[in-house]
Parts: sequence; structure tokens; C-alpha cells
Amino acid sequence: MGDERTIKIKLTFGGGVEVLFSNKRNQTIALPAQTPASGTQPSRPADLRYLILWMSKNLLTDRKELFLDGETVRPGILVLVNDTDWELEGELDYELQKGDEVVFISTLHGG
Amino acid sequence: MAPPRACALCQTARPIVRRPKTGQQVCKDCFFHVFETEVHNTITSASLFKRGDRVAIGASGGKDSTVLAHVMKVLNDRYDYGLELYLLSIDEGITGYRDDSLESVKRNQQEYGLPLKILSYDELYGWTMDAIVEQVGRKNNCTFCGVFRRQALDRGAAALNVDHIVTGHNADDIAETVLMNIMRGDIARLGRCTLICTQGEDSIKRSKPFKYAYEKEIVMYAYFKKLDYFSTECIYSPDAYRGHARVFLKDLEAARPSAIIDIIHSGEAFQVADQVALKAQQTCKRCGYMSSNDLCKACTLLESLEKGMGQLATGDRNRRRLDGEPAPENMRTIPMFQRSTPAEPIADP
Repeated sequence: MGDERTIKIKLTFGGGVEVLFSNKRNQTIALPAQTPASGTQPSRPADLRYLILWMSKNLLTDRKELFLDGETVRPGILVLVNDTDWELEGELDYELQKGDEVVFISTLHGG
Repeated sequence: MAPPRACALCQTARPIVRRPKTGQQVCKDCFFHVFETEVHNTITSASLFKRGDRVAIGASGGKDSTVLAHVMKVLNDRYDYGLELYLLSIDEGITGYRDDSLESVKRNQQEYGLPLKILSYDELYGWTMDAIVEQVGRKNNCTFCGVFRRQALDRGAAALNVDHIVTGHNADDIAETVLMNIMRGDIARLGRCTLICTQGEDSIKRSKPFKYAYEKEIVMYAYFKKLDYFSTECIYSPDAYRGHARVFLKDLEAARPSAIIDIIHSGEAFQVADQVALKAQQTCKRCGYMSSNDLCKACTLLESLEKGMGQLATGDRNRRRLDGEPAPENMRTIPMFQRSTPAEPIADP
């Protein structure tokens, strides 16, 4: 217990999703490198599933439903990891590395 | 579960996107190429343009029209379509929304070197959306905006003396419209909404070169090309019904990405023969725009605003009360722009 190690992750928001994150297009966060162990769930290296949960607890102000859908992002929000479509990186199961850049872009706004 | 790490098209570079339409993993260069080529194929297989056509790109500053302006310019140069391209923007008069998005249109204009025409609701109708919402409230203002925008685009196109307006409607938009028309039982519109090209006022054509382009790919294209676009939701009530259709469609797409194209195909297959007697088209007695009644929709809505009864204009029952009121003195005539033939060149602004 008490693993305080964190990894730096750069977050970028676009397409309107930034309004849910204090209107900042870029943020650098220190994410716990391991997920906290809980009951039946042992600790595991931080992945995108954990990042999304962490963001919803620590960064999202209100209107969570405009970002979250269960444990993932709402359909219509594109996610890129280091400029690659997360669908090619294992989506929620992608294990984050120090210095990773994660981009969230909404496709739902305007035309 | 590691995916193969080579592009499905060139077999060499690292893939950066999975195409929703095909499931293929493609690298950045192949993605740009295949996206642009598919739009080119859409344009050529529907014979949308002919050499020398003057084409206005309806530009809102949002993602779709920003990518459309970019791709139209690229394809016109690459395949030598011989088109004269213009940007046409409508300023609805929504403070804090449209004024900002027009700034991004102006930046695009600089970048692509295309002449830009901005036409405002205020100039055409004597009303801004801000003023309309003040009178009618937030509930039905989209009806006004939709009717006024459609006519404004046609009138702006006539003022630019163009043959053709292209808009950024994408595959997702069209699939949404198919769903909405099915849910409303609007058979006439169901047949029309999947058409890639329709003829409007003054025989100006309107078409949708992105008819088969997925929203995901348009947004990815804008991201990787670093195109500058504006993405704030309209500050007045969004079209709630469309919003639900949109969320439903995105859920379907998440389960099966081909759903969007499948729904468009369904819409096309549903096309009904024109056995429904269409109302004879005439021209509006006040402004001369094409209309199926004595007054066109814009003049009818405008008259309701001038009577201070705009909130009554959108329901059938209320219309009786509205029609009982005489038209105010000096009712505004919405200006018509006549296209001159042959086409005269327009000076760059």
C-alpha cells in the first residue's frame, strides 16, 4: 500500500469537450501509476479505463453524462493516444506510459 | 490482442486510424488519400459539377464545412475540375456564437484564398436571431432559423451568381435525418433527404459531397490536418429531437459501425414514387421566392414577427388567429438577388 508513484500524462480536449474541463484545451496531470486495490480488484498498472474514471472524479465539474457512458466515454467522443486512434491501441485496456498524450475530441458539436 | 502494426493499404507505415466504414487500419498518408479519393468518387459518380461551374461552399466555421472547403480546394486543384469556388456564410445574428464562428471562416478564407460573402439575417429580414428569440422565446426559434437560413443561402448564392451550393452534411447527418423522417412518418421527405443533389430556387443546385463521409473521419481529418474550426453549441435551444436521433445513432454505430451507411441505404431504398400529388409550385406574392402558398415560409414567419406574434407561427391551430390579423403597414419585402447570365466574375473582397 501507499504507492505514491505517479506518471505524467498530457491531456488535450477539442471539438467542444473542453467546456466540461474548465474550458482548458490542455492539461498535464499526475496520474497514480497503479490503480488502488479495492475488495476483489487487485491493483493494476494505470490504463485508459482508470484514466477516464480518474478524470471523472478529479477533473469533470458537472454534466458527467456528457463525457461518461458507464466506464467509457460517451459514443461520439474520439480518443487518441499519442496521435493514434485508441481503437488501434486496445481502447480501455491500453496501459498508460509516462509522458503519454491522450486527446479527447467531441464529434457532436456544430457543423 | 496486439493489432497488426502496418497500414492495410500501403503495408508499410504505422496505422493511426481505424476506418469505421471498412474496419481497415490505415496510416496518416493513406487516410488522407483514401478520404479525399472517396469524396472525389462521390462527386464524379454523381456528376455533380461541370467545368466552369461557379460553386459556393456553405461555410459555418464548424468542422464539416471547414473540412469541405479544404477538400474542395484540394480536389479542384488535383483533378482540375475547373470550378470557381466561393465561401458563403450566413450570419444569423447570435451574439457570442456566430460572430466567433465567422472569425474562423475568415481565417479559412485567408488560408485558401477563396472569395467570401457573408449575408446576415439582419440585412435580409431586418431581424437577428437574438431579436427573434427575445420575441418568441427559446422553444421554437429553430423553426425560424431553419427557414431563414435555407432562403438566405439561396439568396446569397444568387447574389454571388453561382450555379451550385455545396454543404458539409455528412453521412451521420443524413442517417439522422432518415431516422427522424421515419419517426415522423414524413414519406415525402424520406425520399428526398438521401438525394445527393437537389435543385433550389433560381435553378441553383445544392449538393452534399460528404454524403458518404463518416463524421469520425471528418473530425480525424481535421485533427491530423490541423484545420482550424469552431465547435461551440448554438446558445439557443438545440434541436432536441435531432439530439435524441443523434445519440441513438451513435449508440448504434458503437455496436456496428456500418449502421450509418446501412441507414442511408435504407432511406434510398424507401424512395417512393411521386404519386403523391405535390402542391403546384408558384412564387411568393410578396418577395418572389418559390413557394407552395401565396406567401413563402420566410415571409409568413417574418409577418408573424412584425405583428409581434412570432410565437404563434409554428402551430397550425394558432395560425388561424395569426392569419386573422391584417399585415402591418409597410411590410418588409425580403430582397431578391437576380442571377445574371452569363456569369460575371466577382471581384475578390
